[in-house]
Amino acid sequence: MTHPVLLIDFGSTYTKITAVDTDSGTLLQTAQSFTTVETDIRDGLQNALQKADVTLEDFAAVYACSSAAGGLRMAVSGLMPDLTSKAARMAALGAGAKVVRSFSHELTQDDQEEIRAIAPDILLLCGGTDGGNRTCIEHNARVLADLDPAFPIIFAGNRSAKDTCRTILKDRNVYYCDNVLPALDTIRVEEVQQIIRAIFQKNIVRGKGLSQVNEILDRIAMPTPGAVHRALELLSGGTKNTKGWGELLGVDLGGATTDVYSMAAGDPQMANVTLKGLPEPFSKRTVEGDIGMRYSLLGVVEESGYERLAEISGLPSAQLPAMLASLDTEKAYLPSDTAFAALDAAVASEALRIAISRHTGRLEEFYTPMGRQYLQTGKDLRTVNTLIATGGALLHAKDLPAIVSRALYTESDPSLLLPETMEIWLDRNYILSAMGVLAEHDPDAALAILTKELVHVRNEQ
Amino acid sequence: MDKQQVVMGVIGADVHAVGIRILDYAYTEAGFSVHNLGVMVSQEEFIQAAVETDAVCILVSSLYGHGELDCRGLRDKCREAGIGDILLYVGGNIVVGKQPFEEVEKRFLAMGFNRVFPPGSTPEEGIETLKKDLQISS
Repeated sequence: MTHPVLLIDFGSTYTKITAVDTDSGTLLQTAQSFTTVETDIRDGLQNALQKADVTLEDFAAVYACSSAAGGLRMAVSGLMPDLTSKAARMAALGAGAKVVRSFSHELTQDDQEEIRAIAPDILLLCGGTDGGNRTCIEHNARVLADLDPAFPIIFAGNRSAKDTCRTILKDRNVYYCDNVLPALDTIRVEEVQQIIRAIFQKNIVRGKGLSQVNEILDRIAMPTPGAVHRALELLSGGTKNTKGWGELLGVDLGGATTDVYSMAAGDPQMANVTLKGLPEPFSKRTVEGDIGMRYSLLGVVEESGYERLAEISGLPSAQLPAMLASLDTEKAYLPSDTAFAALDAAVASEALRIAISRHTGRLEEFYTPMGRQYLQTGKDLRTVNTLIATGGALLHAKDLPAIVSRALYTESDPSLLLPETMEIWLDRNYILSAMGVLAEHDPDAALAILTKELVHVRNEQ
Repeated sequence: MDKQQVVMGVIGADVHAVGIRILDYAYTEAGFSVHNLGVMVSQEEFIQAAVETDAVCILVSSLYGHGELDCRGLRDKCREAGIGDILLYVGGNIVVGKQPFEEVEKRFLAMGFNRVFPPGSTPEEGIETLKKDLQISS
């Protein structure tokens, strides 16, 4: 018996198909073609199916995820930047959304105009812990009440303000759920994320020129980054029948952004460490919009600098500006000569270092009357030693351990709690998002396929 | 009606963790919704927490003698953050050495604190004072 299932990822550039047999837990084949969201998204899918020499009728089930047409674009609003705004942002990112704008405090008329112009797919409205501040979220609800584009709003703020906001927002499409930050030491992102996913399935797909595919498959289950996130959660946590891999990091190095995922508690490792700031979810995603291989190349250069890129690539720094400028204009360029390959590897390495560092927690040292004390903010990832790598630049990299090496803990910056060592597993066939979608239906098969298909990249030395 | 929210913590580089937990327990028992920020709390953390929780009072604890330095400017920052009217309480061993309490109290009142509690004060004294200041009948 076989049970063939097709997973489709309508990406911003490529439509990827992954065919699996869930009975044996094996990958059958993968193929990809350009996404054709401007004309008819079914064309790109047909092209990919033709390449693989299959038709939709060959499969017992077809499931999909999508980041086409800009992905899931969300705006979030909270009260204090480091408290409810940050919690709202974490919740949206964790659901696989792209946070296009994050507001704090009371929304102004300018903000209102900006939201109108952005026209987000969803706005997440937060502010105040339960029983806490309600003037801010009530004010913001009034600002949103008669805003033109009828995007859905998720209310996940102070529960004491819920009834008032319900009245203020009675003419809008609002989903009400529990506060994302009910108390300062409790962050609750799961319910918000479920609602985001439900809205995505119901509304967003239609608005993105994706409705044509609804005729040929059941539904597009989630945004692509959400699917990648789900796959990593499955790999880390396992299923009822199979143990997972435990704590791990994931990185998706793309052309425009770099996504970092951690499935890790990141608790302090010593007794004299005090944890500060917002608690972070075990399963956390961050997105660096200014860090990427092509569209965000200059963001990497800006943070890293020519000198450092020259040192890593072994190229004379005088050559770099011209080379980088040509990479910046030729977005589709794939390095063919050794100099450009070395530069690309250096950019990839720096992109990983910057993105993983921003995701990682920090430790500050203080000399107090009671001796040496430490304050930790964010996750301590020093003992997390599994890295799942995906994204074109990493798939084709020659020496991945060298590229990853700059994202490791170093004595020269002991305050940055990066992993001390990392075993690298490469998503060679680009199946992470597909397995995240499959995980919703057959987690055991998805985990079995992931375990078979991820390739352990060993250090060459 | 929602419970009254209070924010408490040990200010500065002070890591005395036991007393604040006792206060947390006592104020919770007395009917307040307590946001205990723990030890090594900065002025900014107190203020951010107070704004987000709409707290009626910030209770600052300090036991290592450097409280005077740590507390300076807190009232002004509250005013900047739009919560200039919030009650500020401070207690513990808030100054270096043994100084007459009346003088210490005067200095902290001048810094903008509403109530100053000497070493040895019980949690109940603070709770009763707070209820009076908030005009809650007990």
